[in-house]
Parts: sequence; structure tokens; C-alpha cells
Amino acid sequence: MKLTGAGVGRGAVIGPVVRIAPAPAAPAHEPVPEDPTSAAADVVAAFDAVAAGLRAQAGSAEGAAVAVLGATAQMAEDRALRKQTLAKVAAGEGPVTALDSVVGGFVEMFTKAGGMLAERVTDLRSVRDRVAAHILGVPAPGVPHLSVPSVVVAQDLAPADTAALDLSLVLAIVTELGGTTSHTAIIAGQRGIPCLVRVAGALELAEGAVVAVDAAAGTLEVDPGPEVAEAFALRADVARRLAEDVSPGATADGMPVNLLANIGTAADAARVAGDACEGVGLFRTEVLFLDRTSAPTREEQAEVYAQVLRSFAGRKVVVRTLDAGADKPLAFATQLDEENPALGVRGYRLVRTAPELLETQLAALADAQRVTGVQPWVMAPMISTPGEARDFAAAARRHGLTTVGVMVEVPAAALRADAILAEVDFVSMGTNDLAQYVMATDRLRGELSDLINLWQPAVLDLVAATAAAGRRAGKPAGVCGESAADPVMAVVLTGLGVTSLSMSAGAVPLVRYAVAQHTLAQAEAVAQAALAADSAEAARAAAIAALVPGVAATLGL
Amino acid sequence: MSTRTVAVASSSGLHARPASIFTQAAADSGIDVLIAHGDEDPVDAASILLVMSLGVPSGAEVTLSADGPDADRVLDELVALLATDLDEEP
Repeated sequence: MKLTGAGVGRGAVIGPVVRIAPAPAAPAHEPVPEDPTSAAADVVAAFDAVAAGLRAQAGSAEGAAVAVLGATAQMAEDRALRKQTLAKVAAGEGPVTALDSVVGGFVEMFTKAGGMLAERVTDLRSVRDRVAAHILGVPAPGVPHLSVPSVVVAQDLAPADTAALDLSLVLAIVTELGGTTSHTAIIAGQRGIPCLVRVAGALELAEGAVVAVDAAAGTLEVDPGPEVAEAFALRADVARRLAEDVSPGATADGMPVNLLANIGTAADAARVAGDACEGVGLFRTEVLFLDRTSAPTREEQAEVYAQVLRSFAGRKVVVRTLDAGADKPLAFATQLDEENPALGVRGYRLVRTAPELLETQLAALADAQRVTGVQPWVMAPMISTPGEARDFAAAARRHGLTTVGVMVEVPAAALRADAILAEVDFVSMGTNDLAQYVMATDRLRGELSDLINLWQPAVLDLVAATAAAGRRAGKPAGVCGESAADPVMAVVLTGLGVTSLSMSAGAVPLVRYAVAQHTLAQAEAVAQAALAADSAEAARAAAIAALVPGVAATLGL
Repeated sequence: MSTRTVAVASSSGLHARPASIFTQAAADSGIDVLIAHGDEDPVDAASILLVMSLGVPSGAEVTLSADGPDADRVLDELVALLATDLDEEP
């Protein structure tokens, strides 16, 4: 039996299933309590027991888990939650039905508010599940004690559940719900644990069944044969050897493709500078600005920029000016009343409402250039017109910055890429936002993830048009979105004429390998195969089928 | 009834860690404290769910109110807490 889902990471492992008990549902037509007073006492006892349990767990946890568990315990202690639930029980509702309706009200309110509040919904649901299990007298949902390395299978994992897992014994995480950007997937990704989300049928897997989880392919196979174990071992060996290759990125016939890293902080720079990347293709400076009440000073910024430039000792560093707004609000610059922030004053557009932010940042970059003697490349996000590109280039050059570019993530900029490139020295495509705007699809809506797929032919068309404009102008046209980290997509992008690929540093080895296996003509054939498809799935399948023989197998596809 | 108005100093607003510390202090005070933001009705300052629901951003003003002999002392302590950036680790 084989199940499929969305994979996070590229790992592949085999191990026994450990199931996490699903949340208990309220009984259909839950009876009205015969004695409302004793029913109310049961509800209070359930809240108290859950809160005490979470407090005890927090007491023996370490690191970030302490705060997560403490905050979850506080929800179980919440006076308003208890009062509203008890009022409904007193009015004759079944206790779990009452709990569900009160929690449902908060969930709706938090989800509507979005942002940090929406992220607490999982915690609130996990409190609801624990209290409901206590009232119903069924085993508490949550994490069992692991004794051997296991594949953890659940409907979904709350942060509190993930925090309680002994990750050293978790081979892989498989969930029926969730998304590739959910909290659990992110933690798993950071720890290098393969993760499969949105796996239909995962909850029917038997406890102890041996399964093969392949995050790269997005598949789960029950009772895999010995050949699967052999293939997985081979892949692990290949991955180890690829990581040792540090040659500059290029096609098999020597056409260079810069392989660069995305970073957000000076600490990131220090960590990845030793890796086999050729520089930084995207330094997200907004990390310096987030979670603050006022903008960092010119001196503070200059110090951080200088640290980053020094870390890469003369290698290319592309600095993106502040990309705030939309999903990255700033206390001191974001318009709070925007109905449609993704289409509002964000990125370069902040120059209209807070021009001093860009001026200070460019001055700080010039300072860093002066003290280090290293010339950064600088680019602006969210450029829509050649006029905006011209204004940004003029501002940057006024400060003495010499290599000036813009991001292509608004479809208008891709459609008019020739005119944009006439104003600047290079462009870099942000494929995540480009896809969001081309497909008119919110990046954070899991139920629309098929529409925002980076293989959508309309997205590829705009990348192709931008890369072609770069070739005509003889200027670099790079990609610094998620696309660049996918080895198959990297071959397509190379074939479209993209000159640099910037990604998380860990993705570089496989991308280097995939690009190096193809001549430019072969990569062009892979790109054409993808462009000729009429759906995202067909485009990816066509590209994989057109790869040089043997590459797909090495990549585990 | 005693009241105090104060701007929330925490950089993430009254969310996550700051909301957790503030509501715990309100609960530990032993008296009923209400918190109001903008035109919304005041809510129980000891409820983390209700306080987070207010969605108070950094720098916004909130009004605390309470009754009884301890009200002034408790409100002064809670105001001092809100005027501190609770996102910073101690």
C-alpha cells in the first residue's frame, strides 16, 4: 500500500509507526446532564487536571518548549473559558458540546484576527482536546513515550505535542492535516527530520506497521521490500558525497550558474560563509527591523551590513532593502488600516509613506562599503514600473552604491522586464510573491496550495520572459525564491537563461549536482518540456521525464 | 472605581509572552481587574484568551479599572508591567 502527501525536506527513512491518539469528538446528541451541579464540578476538575498536567510537563521541559507549554497551561486555567463553558452546562448543554461551542467562538475570533492570534488556535484546540478526553474518560490525546526510533503518525501535531516529542527518536513525522509551512513542518525541517503532511489515509496505518517515508517524493509505503531500503541507503550516501563538492555552479558544458545562499542576519552569514555557496543572493534586511518599536539607526545597520560583507570576504552579496508590510508588518511603518495588505504599501512602496527608512538604509550600506572596501549589490523589492526602478537606482547611486538592481515579483515588472533592465544593472526574481500575484492566491492559504504551485505554467512563462530580457540586455537575471532550492526546477531555470540561483544553504549541494549533469542545450530541452505543459503537475512531470537519465533516480524521484 | 490609562510598551503588543505575563499578574492580584482597548467593551484582565482577543498593538493605549481598597496599588503594579517591554528576556 502506498500513500501520498506533501513532503518537507529530502530525507527518506524506514521505521515502525507510532500513532498519536486522535482528538475525542463530542458524542452525537450528548445527553443533557441529569445533575448540572455535578456536571459543572466535572468540567472544573477536567480543566484543573489538564492545567496541572501541562504545568508539570513545562516543569520538566527545556528551551522553547517551557514557554509553549506554560502558555498552553494558562489557556486551560482561563477564567473566561471556564465561566462561559459552565454557563452553558448550567443552561442544560452536554459538557463537551458546551466546551466545543465556547472554544469554537474563540477559534473563530482568533482566526479572523489572523497573524499571531491565528497561530494560537492550535494551542487552544489542544487544550480543548485534553479537557474533552478528561470529561469523557478516554485516553488523553497526545504524545506517547517513544522507546525505539519511530515514524510518528497523527492527524495534526500541535506545537505543544511537537515540544513533548523526543526528537532524537523521531525518524519521520506523518500527518493527515497540516501544511508544509506549519509549525511542526518547520521544526522538523530545521532538525532535518523528513516530514509528510496532508497524507490522506494516514490515520488508518496500524500501530507498529513498518513504513518507508520518502519526503523528496512525498510518498509513504507500507511493508517496503529490501530494494527500497537499498535505494534509501544509496541516496543517503549520494547526499553525503554531494555535500563534499564545493566547485562553482555550472552546466556540464561550463556555462556558469551562480549558486548563492539566502540569509537574514549577520549570524546566518557567519554560519553559511564556510559552506560551498558562492555568496549571498538574498540578504533579507527586514529581520533587523521586525519586532521593534522604532527603526534601527544608521550606525546600527552599518555595523550589521559590514559584518555580513566581511563574512563573505569579497564574494558577491546581494542586499535587499527593507521588505516590510503585508505578512511582515512593522510597528513604525505599516499602515494598520489596509484592507488588502499584500496589495498595499509594502516593500519599495514604503518610500511613499516613510521615505527616511530607505534613505537611512542606503546611507548605512554606503558606510559599510566604505569601512570594508567590499561593494555590495543592492536591490529593491516590490518594484512595479520602470519609473520606480529608475528612482531607486538614482537614490542608490547617489549614495555611492554601484551595482543596483530590483526584484521582479510583480507581474507588471516581468511583463516590462526590458524597460526595467534599461534602468538597473540586474534583476532577481522572487518566485513566491510572483506566483502569489500571477495566480491571485494568498501564499498562506493551505486549501489553495495547488494554485500557488511554483510549477504553474503562467509563473514559468513570466520567469522565462524576465530571463530572456536579461539575456537581451546582457545583464544578470537571478532567482531567489523557493523555486531555486528544487533541483529539478533549478535545471528548468538554468534552461530558461537564469544566471544565478539563491536558496537556503542546505539546498545547494543537490542543486549543484542537478545543474552540472546537464549541458545548456539539455537544460533548455528540460525547460521547454515544462513550458509546454498545461498544468503544474504536468509541467513538473514533463521536466522530470526530460532530465538526463540517472539524475531523477539520484534525486530520489 | 479606580482607572489608569497606559501605552503598551512590548514590541509585539499584548500578545504571546507579554499577554501571558500580564494576565498571570492580574490573576495573582486577587481582585477583579478590567482592561479596555479602543471602543470595545472592557474584559477580564486575568483571561489570556480575552486579553489576546483585544489585539492590542505595540504603543496602543489601554485602560485598566478595578474596585476596592487594593485597587490603586494593584493598578499601579499592572501599569508598571504594561509600560515595560515584556518581549525582552529579563
